[in-house]
Amino acid sequence: MKTPINRSRWIIWSSFALLMGLAPLVFSSGLGITVLSQMGIAIIACLSYNILFGQGGMLSFGHAVYTGLGSFMAIHALNAATEGGLPLPVALVPLAGGLAGLGFAVLFGYVTTRKAGTTFAMITLGLGELVFAMSLMVPEFFGGEGGVSGNRMVRDGLWGITFGPPVQVYYLIAIYTFICVAAMYAFTLTPLGRMLNAVRDNPERVEFIGYDTQRVRYLAFIVAGFFAGISGGLAALNFEIVTAEVVGAARSGGYLLFTFLGGATFFFGPILGAILMVLAFVLFSEFSQAWLLYLGLIFLLMVMFAPGGIASLIMMNLRVARYGRLRELGLSYLGLAASGLVMLLGGSALVEMVYHLQLNQSEGPVFGYLGAEFDVGSVTHWAAAMSLLAVGAGLFEWTRRGFLRKWGAIQTAIEVDIKSREAVL
Amino acid sequence: MNALELKGLRKSFGKTEIIRGIDLVVQAGERVGVIGPNGAGKSTLFNLISGRLLPSSGEVRLNGKRIDGLKPYEINRLGLSRSFQITNIFPKLSVFENLRCSVLWSLGYQYSCWRFLANLDDANQRARQLMQMIHLDRKQDVLAMNLTYAEQRALEIGITIGGGADVILLDEPTAGMSRGETARFIDLIKEVTVGKTLLTVEHDMGVVFGLADKIAVVVYGEVLAFDTPEAVRANARVQEAYLGSSIADLQVAGH
Repeated sequence: MKTPINRSRWIIWSSFALLMGLAPLVFSSGLGITVLSQMGIAIIACLSYNILFGQGGMLSFGHAVYTGLGSFMAIHALNAATEGGLPLPVALVPLAGGLAGLGFAVLFGYVTTRKAGTTFAMITLGLGELVFAMSLMVPEFFGGEGGVSGNRMVRDGLWGITFGPPVQVYYLIAIYTFICVAAMYAFTLTPLGRMLNAVRDNPERVEFIGYDTQRVRYLAFIVAGFFAGISGGLAALNFEIVTAEVVGAARSGGYLLFTFLGGATFFFGPILGAILMVLAFVLFSEFSQAWLLYLGLIFLLMVMFAPGGIASLIMMNLRVARYGRLRELGLSYLGLAASGLVMLLGGSALVEMVYHLQLNQSEGPVFGYLGAEFDVGSVTHWAAAMSLLAVGAGLFEWTRRGFLRKWGAIQTAIEVDIKSREAVL
Repeated sequence: MNALELKGLRKSFGKTEIIRGIDLVVQAGERVGVIGPNGAGKSTLFNLISGRLLPSSGEVRLNGKRIDGLKPYEINRLGLSRSFQITNIFPKLSVFENLRCSVLWSLGYQYSCWRFLANLDDANQRARQLMQMIHLDRKQDVLAMNLTYAEQRALEIGITIGGGADVILLDEPTAGMSRGETARFIDLIKEVTVGKTLLTVEHDMGVVFGLADKIAVVVYGEVLAFDTPEAVRANARVQEAYLGSSIADLQVAGH
């Protein structure tokens, strides 16, 4: 029983390492390396957020405080090392960020984790605002509007590692990411990690089996703060500049949103979320002015129809596949994808036309989108987009109902199967 | 040796006094059934002993040590554990994880995050043993929320005894069960609490007489009688109180 589990664990972790090692060879462009580096940073941040959110049931609105302050401490540490002669190798600068995250979590967490639930959420929100306000008031530390910049280049690097070329920084980030992901996974397998789940499920009961719930939350908060700080430290090294927005509410909201999208109930969910976050912020934002609107829509739909995030969608389909029933859903998925695409085309054409009308009218009524020309002055174009949306939505709803029937039948069959197996045992 | 001792215990909510001066001494190893009509304060009494509520005045001593005013987890660490009337388990954890959580503190693992659960042989063994004791070993990996009601009640007991406390409070362990289930469940409780000091709140008189060496009758926040089942059954004041309440129950049911 034990060997296959260990073997699949080995396979998963070595492919993860291999993937990160080989990725920059495939995406070797400047943009590719940038995106990959940011993904590593975001993965650590979202996973650390999920220690609170998914594993501990703590809805934090201020996680950027710990990533952000980690960034600031790391950039100051970097500057102290390069200019002031602090004996700190550049490769260890992210650890300075981690220690800062840990220290601030010890400090602020003592206040925040005394309460759970809504009160906890409110306190984190308040603390986030407080730190953001401070960042503008103390320019000596936060660098004011311009932020704090640094230089990660090492003059005579060991084995030619100067951290000048982005790809070298990428590999540093990749190593940190691998270690941090492994460490955070290991955390979920420890007594504290499990008691954190118990506190999430039923804090009252935890008090009656000998554990202090406040202490469990506080310790988990500190662990999360440490990893958040490392993520912030890596970001400081990567960008070589840290501005006040890194502690802002928008950043905190991003962690929450994408951790949720990826799926908070599975360990790997936030990794998917982090990858999406970087794709959205770096690529999607180039693609359309209305990207935040699309993002909001996606989030809304996810919360309504798939509250377990992408990870749970994957796991549910894997379960169906294990029982050999995934094939039956193939046609439905194809139908959903096709009708969804039609709906998306119509909807996004409308959105783009509205955006163009509101923001870019000075450029004239005609604009290009997805290789086609749209004229906001033409009634036909509006009507075409609207009917595309309506037809797509109608078809989508129709296939969705059929899909739900099939899905329900398959789930029932699987449940019956499990029950009958239990009875045999 | 007195396992549990209550002295002049009182509790008021606002102006209403729910527990009105309870004195009770439970010897180590005794099995006490706490009975009384609805609203007599039985659950409140358990909440006071286990630290869920703070007494307004009076003392609670566990093995001679004062525990009133301590936090629930501190009381638990001193060797008192309780179950709940409304099932109180960890719904999104498996049966095995539920039980393992309940043994961790008593085995000294505290808040450690430098050891893997899988390597804690004593904790795993104890959790497996508990699982067999409450006859849920076949449901090892089932999430607690997917268990049947009776299984959840059994898990509730398993979590309660997991930490090895020697004073156990069970608050209506058979609440909501059918007669057949209740009978089996009482046997289970007897099995798993051998050698422990047990206090059980029960509604059903029949259940208590089968389970307890001594019975405490609580009526309107006071102990009306505390004696052997036979003596309690013969007690005129108890009969009066119970007769009154059964008439009231009948009236409620008749509406």
